[in-house]
Amino acid sequence: MSFLRFIVRRLLEMAATLAGASLVIFGAMYLAPGSPASFLLAGRSATPEALQAVNAQYHLNDPFIVQYLRWAGQILHGDFGRSITYRTDVSRLLADRLPATLLLVAMALVLVVALGLLLGWIGAVRGGAADSTILIGTTVALGTPSFVAAVLLQGLFAVKLGWFPTGGTGDGLGSMLWHLVLPALALALYLIGMLARVTRAAMVEVLGQEHVTVARSRGVTGHQVIRRHVFRNALGTVLTTGGLIVSTLLVCTVLVETAFSVGGVGQLLELSTTTKDFPTVQAISLILVGLFMAVNLVVDLLHPLVDPRVTLGAGRAAG
Amino acid sequence: MTILDIQAYRLRLPDTARPVLDGVDLTVRAGETVALVGESGSGKSLTSRSVLGLLPDGATTGGTVRVNGEDVLTMTPERLRDLRTGTAAMVFQDPRAAINPLRRLGDFLTESVRLNGRLAAAAAAERAAEMLDAVGLPAAVLDRYPGQVSGGMLQRVMIAAALMGDPALILADEPTTALDVTTQAEVVALLGDLQERFGTGLLFVTHDLGLAAAISDRVSVMYAGRIVETGPAEDLFDRPRHPYTAALLASTPRLDAPQGRLAAIEGRPPGLREELTGCPFAPRCPIATELCTEQAPALLSIEAEPGRRTACHHSDRTGEGSADA
Repeated sequence: MSFLRFIVRRLLEMAATLAGASLVIFGAMYLAPGSPASFLLAGRSATPEALQAVNAQYHLNDPFIVQYLRWAGQILHGDFGRSITYRTDVSRLLADRLPATLLLVAMALVLVVALGLLLGWIGAVRGGAADSTILIGTTVALGTPSFVAAVLLQGLFAVKLGWFPTGGTGDGLGSMLWHLVLPALALALYLIGMLARVTRAAMVEVLGQEHVTVARSRGVTGHQVIRRHVFRNALGTVLTTGGLIVSTLLVCTVLVETAFSVGGVGQLLELSTTTKDFPTVQAISLILVGLFMAVNLVVDLLHPLVDPRVTLGAGRAAG
Repeated sequence: MTILDIQAYRLRLPDTARPVLDGVDLTVRAGETVALVGESGSGKSLTSRSVLGLLPDGATTGGTVRVNGEDVLTMTPERLRDLRTGTAAMVFQDPRAAINPLRRLGDFLTESVRLNGRLAAAAAAERAAEMLDAVGLPAAVLDRYPGQVSGGMLQRVMIAAALMGDPALILADEPTTALDVTTQAEVVALLGDLQERFGTGLLFVTHDLGLAAAISDRVSVMYAGRIVETGPAEDLFDRPRHPYTAALLASTPRLDAPQGRLAAIEGRPPGLREELTGCPFAPRCPIATELCTEQAPALLSIEAEPGRRTACHHSDRTGEGSADA
């Protein structure tokens, strides 16, 4: 299958998935307890006239399908509607908060990739006490949810030692980086454990393969064998995990941003959910779905580069 | 000139009752082909891998394994690397398993000489193309991945790779077992041609007696980690002097002697967990006596047959049709 055909097919699939997801996301508003109108009036006992006015302003009296199509049409024009809570455009809210979240996810991803691969590599190659120590460490990491890690990191490094701020976002890149160190650590901890385990297992499997012995028998020395053959061949497995890692990072920003009061999209999702700010929740949910699909597409596109036996759209070829 | 000289080589693995290799003597001279035959588990692969210093984890060794006069067992890592990139090279049994499926064949061919600084990248690629030509493959193979060529082609690539460092000794560890029969014949013929052309010594490990007879100048027969008989290929197969060799020959299917069932050797080779006193073949031997179970026979020269040695107390009786028993 040609690259172009693959891309076109995948984009069509993604569009269909996004359409389906948008229907579910929009429909969920009707399944949630409480009506948007009653929340808009913030518990004040409203006159039927006031209720009528609110319903008219937000088109809440139209049939579901009409409301959905109007909403979807607006989104296609880049308009995510107005936030009920903040009384500004949702796209404006997102634009303000996106940098913090992207920076947080990027920092966490760097930590996960660097430490996860390093620990997995050491565990597989060194064995012995180093391996056992890493095994224990990764077990603890895997057993620590990000919100627990957040509390522990805050208590130790922010409150007790005072090395980092307890929360907030900071202004300017330097200050933001500074504020996001602990949140990024909390976000990364579990995934470092996971990636280290995956990397170690994949490398140990390759280490037992004949071609590694053959490379050694040809005078390729220890480190070169590990890099050129063992780590290289483990990369496919690592890449497959990569999609899961990025998805998990995106979802867990909700917990970590809330715990550290980081003014990002994750925190916005949490706030808008509790305040039933439907346009905001819908917009963020839809964006998350889009991001998941984009991550998977990138992983699929990278796979043939890592493993020549994989061809686009066909899985692993025979042989 | 002797390229490979193995003397009284012993190899012991952890948690075993007896050495896996017990006093192996083996020599290969320049330009000579020596076949090492024996059944699975007899230690022939372990012997050939030892020549490159590829020992199993936890193995302890005794004796000497000299390549060009230098003992592999006591080499520094640097010398061992020189040995592996230049002096000696191995052709492995299954090329599909032996070559990394994720790297191009050009990388496989050149990596050894490139990484150790023997040749620059361009010169290495040039030599790889030459060696591919020598094994009858086009240079285009350099850009292919292992999954894109056939098993026979891949084994040719393996042989070309072995030639890259201009070795004095090639170790072929059952190089045709994973191939289909027509490809086997091609690969064997190719190995013979190249060995003559480049004047390398060839240690050919196989369980196929017919193949051993066809390709080799001398044959050593291995049983339970010991060499039980050695000699010129023709003499050894015409007049086996060890009952095991005789029994092996009797159990080989022959086209020129169509007869009912194949003869099989009763019993099984001794396991690693039992200690051996006496001759390891004694329990399965048709002419064993009390002496055989008590005292291990040494590998001794046979009078009147120069170049032949056998480890049997009753070698004088072996030629008398005992194998038919």
